Formats: sequence, structure tokens, C-alpha cells
Amino acid sequence: MQSLQIVYFAWLRERIGLPRETWETKAETPAELVAELAAREDRYALAFSDLSAVRVALDQELADFDAPLAGVREVAFFPPMTGG
Amino acid sequence: MGDLQIRVQEADFDPGALLGDFHQLAARSGAGAVVTFTGLVRDLPGGGLHAMEIEHYPGMTEKALTAIAEEAAGRWDLGPVLILHRYGLMRPEEPIMMVATASAHRAAAFAAADFLMDYLKSRAPFWKKETTEAGESWVAAKAEDEAALDRWRQG
Repeated sequence: MQSLQIVYFAWLRERIGLPRETWETKAETPAELVAELAAREDRYALAFSDLSAVRVALDQELADFDAPLAGVREVAFFPPMTGG
Repeated sequence: MGDLQIRVQEADFDPGALLGDFHQLAARSGAGAVVTFTGLVRDLPGGGLHAMEIEHYPGMTEKALTAIAEEAAGRWDLGPVLILHRYGLMRPEEPIMMVATASAHRAAAFAAADFLMDYLKSRAPFWKKETTEAGESWVAAKAEDEAALDRWRQG
């Protein structure tokens, strides 16, 4: 098991209803982590229903959903960015 | 590479004053060209925008902006580079962000500013939310913003 800080931004934060949480997981990739979270409660399932609208960062670096979670401390989920 | 200034702040700023300081810095570095871009909060077509709120990812924001600026400095021979981006609540007509680049000649300064804006839009963790009479809504990312990155990838 691995203890992760999970952070959410923008409408993912709003749909899930919290900005950050600690989560114990056996997931080896963000994709597996999403599947775990989506199985918890409807609000997670709803937030992660369309992964094409979700981006992931591992320890504050953009990553792919199949990247390894080994050694990662903070996972962030958020929609495509709209700065500028 | 020249001086790299990354600022992420909630406070409003004066683009003119910032540009004045940047010009001095650029001139002292031997630059012959300065290019700047300023983003403003614009009203919606037909009006009705009450406010714009920008959320960001503290920590990652600064890292992402620094990485983008360093990438630009690796591609072009640049003097100082400035990236300032606000977060929090803003009103129509207020400045949101500013990018400034300096170089010996204008081609590099233009290209680097263009590159910084393209990357900032799709790679820096900022999210815009608009408030109107009808309520709040998150601004959707545009497919063309992601596509704009392709032109920097060849070679």
C-alpha cells in the first residue's frame, strides 16, 4: 500500500467536493487510481466519467494516465488548463 | 540566458510600470528588441461579465512557468524574460497576465513571446471561471490552444 495526497482543481474539486485528501492505494498508475476512486462514490464516478476532459500531474509534473505511481507523493487531477 | 522573472500573484498590476522596469533591464542586458503581451479580462459578447476568477495550483504553477521560460531560453538567444500571471478575482478590463521577452533582434523576441503564450495556455495550471447574471461557469479549453503547440514540435 502507498499513501498518496490527492488534490483536485476547478470543476473536479467542485464535483468531488473537496480540494485534497489522503488515500491509501495499491494502484500502480493514475488510471488504476481513477478506477479505485470512481468505485468509491457516485460523485467520484461522475467527476471521472470522461477522462478525455481530465489531466493528471504527479508530484506537480504533467503525466500520462499509464505513468508509474511508484515513489509519487502527490497526484493532482484537473481539467484542461485555461490560463493566459 | 538573461534574468528570468516569474511572478504569480493575486494583486492587480500596472502593465506600464512593469514594462518600464523591463525595458531598463533589457537595455542593460544589451537587448535591442523587447516584445510584450498583456492579457486583459474582456467582457462577454453582448456584455454581462461580472467577474473572472482564476484558480491555480500553487507550487506546480511556478515550476511549470519556469520550465516553459527555460525551454524558450534554450531555443532562442534571449535577454531577460518576464512572466506574470494573476489568480483570484478580477473585473472586466483588468490585466490578467503579461509576458515580456528581450533579445538582440526582434525575430527571437517575437518568436519567444509567441512560444511562451502557446505553452502557458495549455501547460500552466490555471483555470478560469466566469461569473455572469446567470451564475458561474468554468471556461472550457479550446482545441486550437492544444493544436497551437504542434507548430513548435517539428525538428
